[in-house]
Amino acid sequence: MSDKKKSKYIIIPCSGIGKALGTITRRATYIVTEELLPNDTDSICLPLLTIEDEETVRKIRENPCITLDGCIAQCAKKNVEHHHGELKGSIRILDVIKENPKLKPGTVLDIGPDGEKLARKAAEKTLKIIGDKG
Amino acid sequence: MKIKRKIGLISCSGEGLPEGMISRVATRRILEERDDVVTICLPLFLAGGQEERDFAKDNPCITVDGCNKMCAAKGVQMYGKVHPKSSIVISDIAEKHKHLKPKSKSTIEPQDEKLVKETMKRITEEINRAEEEEE
Repeated sequence: MSDKKKSKYIIIPCSGIGKALGTITRRATYIVTEELLPNDTDSICLPLLTIEDEETVRKIRENPCITLDGCIAQCAKKNVEHHHGELKGSIRILDVIKENPKLKPGTVLDIGPDGEKLARKAAEKTLKIIGDKG
Repeated sequence: MKIKRKIGLISCSGEGLPEGMISRVATRRILEERDDVVTICLPLFLAGGQEERDFAKDNPCITVDGCNKMCAAKGVQMYGKVHPKSSIVISDIAEKHKHLKPKSKSTIEPQDEKLVKETMKRITEEINRAEEEEE
């Protein structure tokens, strides 16, 4: 039996504070890491990557990562790429909205029922990436 | 005529701990209450361009961090090459008022409202102080 510690998928939301879409990335991350796949996934504080925290950089290099971004700046994806993390997939909430045009997110502080549905769609996409990559 | 600068309010919004959620919600509520403050998403310091990096130079910043790793305060120093005007740390506020320690990182529970309000009070005091210094 291998002694190698089983790697977990690291789910990284942008958590943008300027738009509801940032809150949706955050909500989607908790749906995956706390409800759907708590044993196989984990998250990090994205700001720790921004300030180049050594332990956090090591974690994203040693584990597969999936990023969730609210806007076109794609902060989560770019922060992972900048630090040469093992990026397995990236999800843009703007794409999730395009695929579900009837769902209108609420506000940053309250994404509302449609925002919750969008977060669940984003969480499903995250699970699909994990399933596809194995 | 001197153009009055807006105060920059930067939250860590850390996803990994309950205090990150408190920093995010308290900061956002202040942003929605006042028109003399502006913000930037912290990860944009790295992901954005020079304009984003200059944010802390252009606006005297107050940072609101969840824990003593102080990502927001360090981000301002790393990318803006300036010190924040002041730094607020939620875990310090919670330590001071032990009964206020939050438990959930994904939601604000009713019992967390006191800590959010206490943080907003601290932010407001720091904004007012920074604005007095700007005049």
